Amino acid sequence: MAKETHIINIDHVSKSFGDKKVLDDISLYINKGEFITFLGPSGCGKTTLLRLIAGFLSPDEGVITLEGKDISPLPPHKRPLNTVFQRYALFPHLDVYDNIAFGLKLQKLPTEDINKRVKKVLKLVSMSDYEDRDVNSLSGGQQQRIAIARAIVNQPKVLLLDEPLSALDLKMRKDMQIELKEMHRKLGITFIYVTHDQEEALTLSDTIVVMNEGKIQQIGTPVDIYNEPVNCFVADFIGESNILKGRMMRDRRVAFIKHEFDCVDEGFGEDVPVDVVVRPEDIYFTTDPAKCQFTAKVNSCIFKGVHYEMWVDTDTGYELMIQDYDPYEVGSEVMLYIDPDDIQVMKKERTANTYAAKVIGEGKVEFLDTEFECDTAGFAEGDEAVATIRFEKVELLDYEEEADLTGNVVFILYMGNHYHLTVKTECGENIWVDTNDIWDKGDFVGIKIHPQSLQLSKPTE
Amino acid sequence: MGKRSAWALPYFIFLVLFVVLPLVLIGVYALTDADGRFTLANMGAFFTDPKIINSFLVSLEVALENTVICILVGYPVAYILADKSLNRSAVTAVLFILPMWINALMRTMATAEIFNVLGIGLGKGTLLFGMAYDYLPFMIYPIYNILDKMDKSYAEAAQDLGASPVKVFLKVTLPLSLPGVASGVMMVFMPTVSTFAVSEILTNNTIMLFGSVIQEQFNNLMWNQGAALSFIMLIIIGVTTLIPGNKNSETVEGGATV
Repeated sequence: MAKETHIINIDHVSKSFGDKKVLDDISLYINKGEFITFLGPSGCGKTTLLRLIAGFLSPDEGVITLEGKDISPLPPHKRPLNTVFQRYALFPHLDVYDNIAFGLKLQKLPTEDINKRVKKVLKLVSMSDYEDRDVNSLSGGQQQRIAIARAIVNQPKVLLLDEPLSALDLKMRKDMQIELKEMHRKLGITFIYVTHDQEEALTLSDTIVVMNEGKIQQIGTPVDIYNEPVNCFVADFIGESNILKGRMMRDRRVAFIKHEFDCVDEGFGEDVPVDVVVRPEDIYFTTDPAKCQFTAKVNSCIFKGVHYEMWVDTDTGYELMIQDYDPYEVGSEVMLYIDPDDIQVMKKERTANTYAAKVIGEGKVEFLDTEFECDTAGFAEGDEAVATIRFEKVELLDYEEEADLTGNVVFILYMGNHYHLTVKTECGENIWVDTNDIWDKGDFVGIKIHPQSLQLSKPTE
Repeated sequence: MGKRSAWALPYFIFLVLFVVLPLVLIGVYALTDADGRFTLANMGAFFTDPKIINSFLVSLEVALENTVICILVGYPVAYILADKSLNRSAVTAVLFILPMWINALMRTMATAEIFNVLGIGLGKGTLLFGMAYDYLPFMIYPIYNILDKMDKSYAEAAQDLGASPVKVFLKVTLPLSLPGVASGVMMVFMPTVSTFAVSEILTNNTIMLFGSVIQEQFNNLMWNQGAALSFIMLIIIGVTTLIPGNKNSETVEGGATV
C-alpha cells in the first residue's frame, strides 16, 4: 500500500485526551525528503500529531507506518526520528559538545567519529568554536541552532520540528527560516514542521497540512493553499481575505456583493449558494469606466510598509479590504474590478443548521439536549425528524435567562456585511449564526431559537 | 541609614541577640577556663581525650550511614511522588511530610517503645532506623521539589536521542536532580552529627554520639569544655557546608529559557 516515495503514512489516526477528541480520523502521507508543515491555530491537534509520530503518545485508533513498517510498538528511543523541541530542551548540565554528542555516545560510536560528526554539524549550523560553551550562556538563536545540531547529528530519517522558531524575535525568525530551508536542502531528509504561523508555513514548506479542531482542512502546496482555499477556515487562516456569500449563477459566472462576475470555476451547478474568497491584493482600482465592475467609497487607508491597506464600502453596502501600492483618499469614490482568475469559489459546507431531532410531544421537539417548541404538524410523538434553522434566525443573547441553551463563540468570520459565527454549545455541537452584532471569540452566549424559525422535516434515508 | 533600611532594624537586633551574641559567647567560653582566664586546654581536650575523639568519629560514621540510607530510601520515594503517572494526588506528598508535625522526641520515644514491645534489642540498628525515620522527610522534600519542577522535555529529548528509560534516568534526570540531593544531604547530615537525645533513647546509652558528649559536659556544669567542643563542631560543620559545590545550583532553574 505504501508507495516507495512515502516515508510516513498516517492511516485513520484518532486520539482523545479524556472526553476531548484532539485528533479525529487523520489520514495523510509524507513524501521522502519533503518539507511538510502542520499548520493550525493552538489546540488544533498539530503538536499531538507530531508527538504521535515521535512516539511520546500512542494513537487510540489507526496506524502510523515509517517506510512501510508499523512503528506503534516502538518506544521513542527506538524510532529513527529526532525532534527539535519548542523550547529546545538542551541539557543544562552538559556543554554544547556533550549536548550534540549525546545521541552518538549512546550509540557507542568511536570517539574520533563522534568528534568528526559534532564538528561537521556545528559547522553546518554555523556554531563552530562553541563546543565548550555552557548552553545557558547562549542566546535564544544560538540555543536553537544547537538544538537543531543535536537532532540532525544522529542522521535521522525524519526531523520533527515543534514550533522551533516561536521563541525568537521577528528578525531572528526570518533569518532562521532561510537557514532552515537551506539546511533542508543540504541534508535532503524529510522535515516535519509544526507551526501556527501561516507566513512561516508558506515560506518554508513544500506541502502544508492545514488543521483545525482535530481535522485536516486542506493539504497542498503553499501556492495551492493560498490561491485555492477549500473552505472559509483555510481562507481566513491563511493570509488576509475577503470572504463573502455568493451564488453560482452558472459555470464561470458567480454573483456576490450583489454584482455578477466572470470567474473560472465550473461544475457547481446552476443557481447554487457558494462562498467566495477574494484576496485584498486582487481587487484593482481603475479609472476606466469600461473596466469598472462596481464602485465603492474609501472608508479607511492605512500604510502597512510595502502596501496600503484600505477598507471600502461598496455601492451595494458591503465592506471589502483592498491592498494596493497607491493610497486613495478616505471618502473618495473609486472604481474597482476583479480578474476572473482571482475569484476563488468554494462549495458551501452548509447552508443552514440541521440536527437530528426527536418529536417528544404535541408542539415539542428535542435536539442538542434541549427541548424546543415548534410546529409538529404531520409528526407523531416519538418520531425522528430533522430540525433546520437558518443561520440568520438564531438569536444570540448576552444573558442566560431567556435562552434555550448556551455556548461559546469559537470562530468568527466577517462576510462583508455580517458576521458568521460558530458557537459551540454545551453538549459539544456547533451551531452557526449569521449576525450583525459584534461578538468576541470565547464569548459566552445564550442561544434562542424561536418556534417559527424552526422547520421540521422527515429524515431522508 | 535610608528609610527602607530602617525596616531591617528589628531583624538586625534579632540576629545580634540570638545568633551573633550566642556565637561570641560560645567562642569566649571555649577559650577561657572556669576563672575566666584565657586557655587552649578546653580545645586541646578534643584532640587528646580518646573518648571524645571516638564519639566524634562514631557520630560522623552514624551521620554518614544515616545520610546514605536516607538517599537510598528517599530518592525513589521522591521520584515516585513527582511522577504524575505514578502519583496523581498532591496529598501523598503531604503524607510523607506529616510525621514532621509531631515532636521528634515523642516520635523517637514511641519508636523505642515499639522496639521494646517487639522484643528487638536497642543498638546501632535501631539507632539508624530511628534516625532515618526522623530525617527522611528532609531528604525527600528537596529531591521531590526539584524533580517535580523539572521540565519533562529534558527527559523526552533524551528519549528522542535514543536513550532507554534507564539511560534517561542516569544521564539526565539524576544529574539534573543532584542539587536537590545536595540540599537533602545538608539537611540530614549536619543535624545528625550533633544529635544527642535520639541516640540515648534508641540505644539505651550504649552508643555515645558527639552531641551527647557535649550535653554531658553541660550537665556536669563544665561550661567551658562543652563550649569548646561545640565550637569545634561548628567549625567542622561550617567547613563541610562549603564542600558540596554550588556550581550545580542554578542548572535546573536556568534551563533553556530565552
